[in-house]
Amino acid sequence: MLKKKECIAMLLAGGQGSRLYTLTEKTAKPAVPFGGKYRIIDFPMSNCVNSGIDTVGVLTQYQPLVLNEYIGNGQPWDLDRTHGGVTVLSPYEAKGGKDWYRGTANAIYQNLTFIERYSPEYTLILGGDHIYKMDYSKMLAEHKKNGADCTIAVLEVPMEEASRFGILNTDENNRIYEFEEKPKQPKSNKASMGIYIFTTEVLKKYLIEDEADPNSSNDFGKNIIPNMLNDGMKMYSYTFDGYWKDVGTLTSLWEANMDILGKNPTFNLYDRKFRIFYRHNALPPHRVGEDAKVKNSMLTEGCVIDGTVENSVLSNGVIVERGAVVKDSVIMSGAKICAGAKVEYAIIDSDTVVGAGCQLGEAKETQKLLVLGGGMNIPAGTTLGGGDVIDAKNLKDYIG
Amino acid sequence: MKVDGIIFSNIHDHNISELTRIRTLASVPFGCRYRLIDFPLSNMVNSNITNVNIITHYNYHSLMDHIGTGKDWDLARRSGGVKILPPYITGYANPTNTLYNTRLEALKSVNYSISQMTSDYVVMSDCNVICNIDLNDMIKDHVDSGADVTMAVKRMELTPAFAKENTLVFSSREGRITDLLPYPTNFFGSADVNLNILVINRQYLQEITRDAVAHGYTSMTRDVFVKNLPHRNFRTYRYDGYFACISSFEDYFKHNLQLIEDKDMFNSLFNVEDRPIFTKVRNSAPTYYSETSNVKNSLIADGCTIEGTVENSILFRGVKVGKGAVVKNSILFQDTIIGENGSVNYTLCDKNVVIRDNVTISGHTTLPLYVDKGKMV
Repeated sequence: MLKKKECIAMLLAGGQGSRLYTLTEKTAKPAVPFGGKYRIIDFPMSNCVNSGIDTVGVLTQYQPLVLNEYIGNGQPWDLDRTHGGVTVLSPYEAKGGKDWYRGTANAIYQNLTFIERYSPEYTLILGGDHIYKMDYSKMLAEHKKNGADCTIAVLEVPMEEASRFGILNTDENNRIYEFEEKPKQPKSNKASMGIYIFTTEVLKKYLIEDEADPNSSNDFGKNIIPNMLNDGMKMYSYTFDGYWKDVGTLTSLWEANMDILGKNPTFNLYDRKFRIFYRHNALPPHRVGEDAKVKNSMLTEGCVIDGTVENSVLSNGVIVERGAVVKDSVIMSGAKICAGAKVEYAIIDSDTVVGAGCQLGEAKETQKLLVLGGGMNIPAGTTLGGGDVIDAKNLKDYIG
Repeated sequence: MKVDGIIFSNIHDHNISELTRIRTLASVPFGCRYRLIDFPLSNMVNSNITNVNIITHYNYHSLMDHIGTGKDWDLARRSGGVKILPPYITGYANPTNTLYNTRLEALKSVNYSISQMTSDYVVMSDCNVICNIDLNDMIKDHVDSGADVTMAVKRMELTPAFAKENTLVFSSREGRITDLLPYPTNFFGSADVNLNILVINRQYLQEITRDAVAHGYTSMTRDVFVKNLPHRNFRTYRYDGYFACISSFEDYFKHNLQLIEDKDMFNSLFNVEDRPIFTKVRNSAPTYYSETSNVKNSLIADGCTIEGTVENSILFRGVKVGKGAVVKNSILFQDTIIGENGSVNYTLCDKNVVIRDNVTISGHTTLPLYVDKGKMV
């Protein structure tokens, strides 16, 4: 008989991430590259592994090809297991009909059979759109100690920003008595991180009830959590005090990339005891040339740098030719900045070639981020201002 | 057609005794984050050879740690995969329980494993030659020509010092080997150098080992190949890509630094289409260059933090270079730390070396300094 699992994780990775525009044109948001050699999903996946959770269901829906391929058999995260490991869960057709995932709660509901295979006492629900390092086992210990039905991870945000988040109001024992979505007059600064631990039996009961309610929008935040509160279930908050960043917008994605820079970075990737695992490319070490100048930047495998790189994060195999300047930018894998070109305050997606002598973007201070989609050829000598999102479809509007 | 691989991990250990005191030649680090065995292993994997036997002799802990399950080379397989063959010693006192020194003796000791192979051909490779070779093409050549053995060679201009460390191969215009000259003294001029990579019919390999046991042969080149030149069809296969033969510590140092100077050479080893070089994955973060860093002309692996000056050097994974420190013409192995205002020149720091703040050490271009694993200076 196979051993039952104490806690398994369900990772919601089906979102489109429409505010990332061209970056999520062909990829689901969790598969968007981050920090030189990672993808967003590496963070929750590595957190699971580092927390001793060896069974992860990844729920996909929007543009799953890249994501599916990236996850593969879970080998990079040590999730290729004989029992458990990683399983990609896509929407399916069943006897009663077929259905897309209609909401976060419905997505989990449709995969209750997956959860039941492992009879876990607890189920951890995660999103795939945040950058953070968190040991979920501490949260689980707290959940068990409180004898809770549900524990929600919260971040204490500055009071003046609290009205942008879903806010949990708790008593002195962290027991939640009220949930307010984006309150105008917040009573607390505990913002929900969208990370839930449920006692599985309770979760099942509420998912089934929620599914039976035709008026429900089948969402954890809108339906399941309020319903449980109304019923007086034991719900607690768990305060997380590390780095946590929503990378749902282009600017926040850029900011999060900048947060890994620095001698004492806001977000530290160098802790060998809490490694972030990723699928590896077999690329050679990076090469810095005779005339190169690299300051406050991250470089990785396969990069060839002969120009200037400042305050930037470069992914695998990025080439910066002689005389080219890359400043305050995030350059994704395989992109090439040709001789004499200048890129400032920009995100450039994979495999785009910036021709010689191009002048792209404006100073960071203008706050006009330039975003170039993947696989484009920007003709030599092109000048582009900041503040635009340019992809293969609208490129001709800019280069005339 | 099925092809198996055999890699000899220890045969040339004495070439760089500094680095092989604590490891096999196969696990000597090279080129920022590789180990010498990554090259023959990747060559085999890139040519769809998925049953690879690694013959070890001594000091093989670091090698076993590096190879692990073989996952990183896609060699963790249900059928085949990578197999490490340590010396076979029985528990009984037995005069034949001696460790082997040559390839032939090594083969004799794994005779049983060879007899269990089901392949038609076997590719054998040492670890002292670094190259990126298309073995499929070589195997095709071997099969088409009907040879018993095909040896990979590279045409080179030789110095006596270099010739003395290698086996020269002479062949007819049709490619049939006419003579083999192991470690000649005072040889000048151009000749074909043996890459120590060969394709052999498995049946013939078995015959050779059986024969060697019976006759007490020890050297594959002298006792088997040279003796059989007139009777057997031994042929050459010309390779003209990247080639580095590690025959001394100075040589090793030179070849590493050459990867920096010669971009084309670097590309012919690491950036060959469809033939990537695989190595153990360490999941390091990218390398961070601080505001005060000043890096020129260097090859750098992931996971480093650089705050000082680095010129003309090779940094392995996880190296830290402090503020004001100067690293020139040096090779720093994994997790070496150079303290603030420290300085190293023409030096090889083995793993986990710490050069403390304000310490200066230097070798010379003709005599690079070697700092032992884990030493603090």
